[in-house]
Amino acid sequence: MSTRLITALLASIPLAASAQSQLNLTQGVTEISQRVYDLHMTIFYICCVIGVIVFGAMFVSMILHRKSKGHKPATFHENVKVEILWTVIPFLILVGMAIPATKTLFAMEDASEAEVTVLVTGSQWKWHYKYFDRDVEFFSLLATRQDQINNRLDKGENYLLEVDRPLVIPTDTKVRFLVTSDDVIHSWWVPDFAVKKDANPGFINEAWTKVDKPGIYRGQCAELCGKDHGFMPVVVIAKEPAEYEAWISEQEAIAKAEKEEEQRLLSMSMSKEELMELGERIYLGSCAACHQANGEGIPGVFPSLKGTEMVMNDKAGHIDIVVNGKAGTAMQAFGNQLSLRELAAVITYERNAWGNDTGDLIQAADVNDYLNN
Amino acid sequence: MSTVAGEMDHHDHHHHAPSGITRWLFTTNHKDIGSMYLWFSFIMFLVGGSMAMVIRAELFQPGLQLVDPHFFNQMTTVHGLIMVFGAVMPAFTGLANWMVPMMIGAPDMALPRMNNWSFWILPFAFAILLASLFMEGGGPAFGWTFYAPLSTTYSSDSTALFVFSVHIMGISSIMGAINVIVTIMNMRAPGMTYMKMPLFVWTWFITAFLLIAVMPVLAGAVTMVLTDKYFGTSFFDAAGGGDPVLFQHIFWFFGHPEVYIMILPSFGIISAIIPAFSRKKLFGYSSMVYATAAIAGLSFIVWAHHMFTTGMPVAAEIFFMYATMLISVPTGVKVFNWVATMWRGSISFETPMLFALAFVILFTIGGFSGLMLAITPVDFQYHDTYFVVAHFHYVLVSGAIFSIMAAAYYWLPKWTGYMYDETLAKWHFWCSLISVNVLFFPMHFAGLAGMPRRIPDYSLQFADINQIVSIGGFAFGLSQLIFLWVVIKCVRGGEKAPAKPWEGAEGLEWTVPSPAPYHTFETPPEVK
Ligand SMILES: [Cu+2]
Repeated sequence: MSTRLITALLASIPLAASAQSQLNLTQGVTEISQRVYDLHMTIFYICCVIGVIVFGAMFVSMILHRKSKGHKPATFHENVKVEILWTVIPFLILVGMAIPATKTLFAMEDASEAEVTVLVTGSQWKWHYKYFDRDVEFFSLLATRQDQINNRLDKGENYLLEVDRPLVIPTDTKVRFLVTSDDVIHSWWVPDFAVKKDANPGFINEAWTKVDKPGIYRGQCAELCGKDHGFMPVVVIAKEPAEYEAWISEQEAIAKAEKEEEQRLLSMSMSKEELMELGERIYLGSCAACHQANGEGIPGVFPSLKGTEMVMNDKAGHIDIVVNGKAGTAMQAFGNQLSLRELAAVITYERNAWGNDTGDLIQAADVNDYLNN
Repeated sequence: MSTVAGEMDHHDHHHHAPSGITRWLFTTNHKDIGSMYLWFSFIMFLVGGSMAMVIRAELFQPGLQLVDPHFFNQMTTVHGLIMVFGAVMPAFTGLANWMVPMMIGAPDMALPRMNNWSFWILPFAFAILLASLFMEGGGPAFGWTFYAPLSTTYSSDSTALFVFSVHIMGISSIMGAINVIVTIMNMRAPGMTYMKMPLFVWTWFITAFLLIAVMPVLAGAVTMVLTDKYFGTSFFDAAGGGDPVLFQHIFWFFGHPEVYIMILPSFGIISAIIPAFSRKKLFGYSSMVYATAAIAGLSFIVWAHHMFTTGMPVAAEIFFMYATMLISVPTGVKVFNWVATMWRGSISFETPMLFALAFVILFTIGGFSGLMLAITPVDFQYHDTYFVVAHFHYVLVSGAIFSIMAAAYYWLPKWTGYMYDETLAKWHFWCSLISVNVLFFPMHFAGLAGMPRRIPDYSLQFADINQIVSIGGFAFGLSQLIFLWVVIKCVRGGEKAPAKPWEGAEGLEWTVPSPAPYHTFETPPEVK
């Protein structure tokens, strides 16, 4: 009766694990991820066999050799042969496991001869992607709305796993990732590629993938990186090489046009309403994670912007800290993250929201002047 | 000689130290200090446990409900620090205080005043740590592993308190370890050779050397964090010529032996309990000693298996993978020896034995996931997910903590002079056993499916698993209140315990009456 129960339980474990459900490791979409999955299952089954033998012996002993059944204890307490046996056999099993593991490891660590290279930079709490040899770079931020996180709106299908601008890579092409960080340590992880690499500030790590199948692949930051560690997903779209080529050329053209447009608009002033509207949007996307939506920050961790000296009186200092950040703190340099208009708008917003009401309007030209001085 | 006789006389006439609070403040008695360590660790277990309840409550559903992410990070950090340094380690030190002198036939610990001090600085260390949670900016929020630069440039000002508190914990551990070593080397009863010592003494002896070797490394790590944050050094700051990965090497050079510090004494406990309730001598005593020493030795050359994703050279990855896999050999020997001890014994299932059996099975499951984690290519997938959380909770909760429970039930009659309530204790066991698996087993699946650790909110595919895990967590937390009830009941009275309440138990501690008198073995026993 009880043995049948145990066998049934044990039998259900590998079943649950091998089913194509959310309960097991993904097989992924690359040759490497498939090899990693196979390794995982092999070791898992070996552990199951050892477990059945060891726990089986324990249960047999517990059932047959119990005092309540009147079993008299034996007196043996040593046997060198047996001990050598159960030292040597596990060792041989380990050697058997180490061989395929080592082969896979060498394949994973060989990032040579990549055709496309992307610089991946983590920062609190977003990813930045820059394509080598192409004029394309952008930030990738969590796209899930705060109202969903705070349970005021229903959660979407890809809750916390969606970004505003996903990374796009070609299929059937060896893509190399150079991974680094601007502040604390992050870790760039896409389970379907079996790629997880730490982003260390001041150092560059290398990883690579070659995706077989077009699709959208989702992952997350895997290394604790502060308050919003749980809110910096990774989304990668793999496109056929031709589609990818079309996409990246289009992005280059858009980037170029935007830069020209920005220069052209320098002479135009925006109204207070326009500035405040754009500024609020940028503030909530880039600043509120630390300084909070109400501008009050978190005492002792992130400073308040409400009624503080710099925001109320020091216009130049305010532009400087937003553009260049503050060394040795979590305050990033937004000069290369936002356009001139966006910088102007967000600074205007901070100087007029939450009762600050300084009345100051900062225009793109003001920020441009600051940058050129 | 004459002074020894004089002192014995003295003790015969004044059997008790001062009463009231001063007894506990000034005591140098190993039994008093052992009891204080054990109660302290239980209180910390409840405090750290209530933080786990906050974590599980927040993770019960997707979305943010109860706490904000910054506070969530403080909870995971302080939960880890308290459970490691406040619950598990002091519990083992308490057991060592109570049992090591009685097991080797010594009258007390070798350095009784240092013993007093090493206990009494602990409450201050944890008061400082807990108080930092109420500071502006909150307590430590960078994980118990406090990776730089999150713990330096990007941390709040409570970091200084965190560093100070870890220093005090380290000093306390080092003093405790010195005391254990000096006691074992100098105070064994005549005839108690090293290879006759009970395995609990052996495993603690080896643990104490690990402590002395690595606690100063931890002290170095926190000091470098302190100077990086406040005094302009750049040990871990690339901008000043340092390296954040260096921090991880230093931390894990401490951290991996630390893992064994929290499990080797368990091996000793289990090696006492399984023979006692199998009514059969421990199988392979000497191989158990050698295996413990081998595990301790290997623990110094495996640290970087916590760091496979940091971008090490392939050669280093391979070395640390092989070394880590190797640890499973001596660990396997231990498990096989326990099973062989049970084999053809005469087994009965009192609560200490139930916890010991659960330990063997669940610790082995933790060992299996440990072996899987050792395989570098697959570790890239497991690393920093709930698979790791499941792994180390299997070895630490259903491993170390279950062994501490087993020890408590096994020796409670000796400590209190009363038998504990077996029915209640069995309730405690079965509730704990079921809930601990509901709590930690599904975490394997969450991790494999891709849930990172240390996140306050998760995507919808993990909702069901987390709900089950949280229910298991609440049940496990509540089950521990049964334990508190059993212990209090046993301290207050019950069936009188004989000197040796367990038929198959062996060792000097069972030759003295129950409860053990305030002073034992003032004349050393003769060990044959
Ligand atoms: Cu991150």
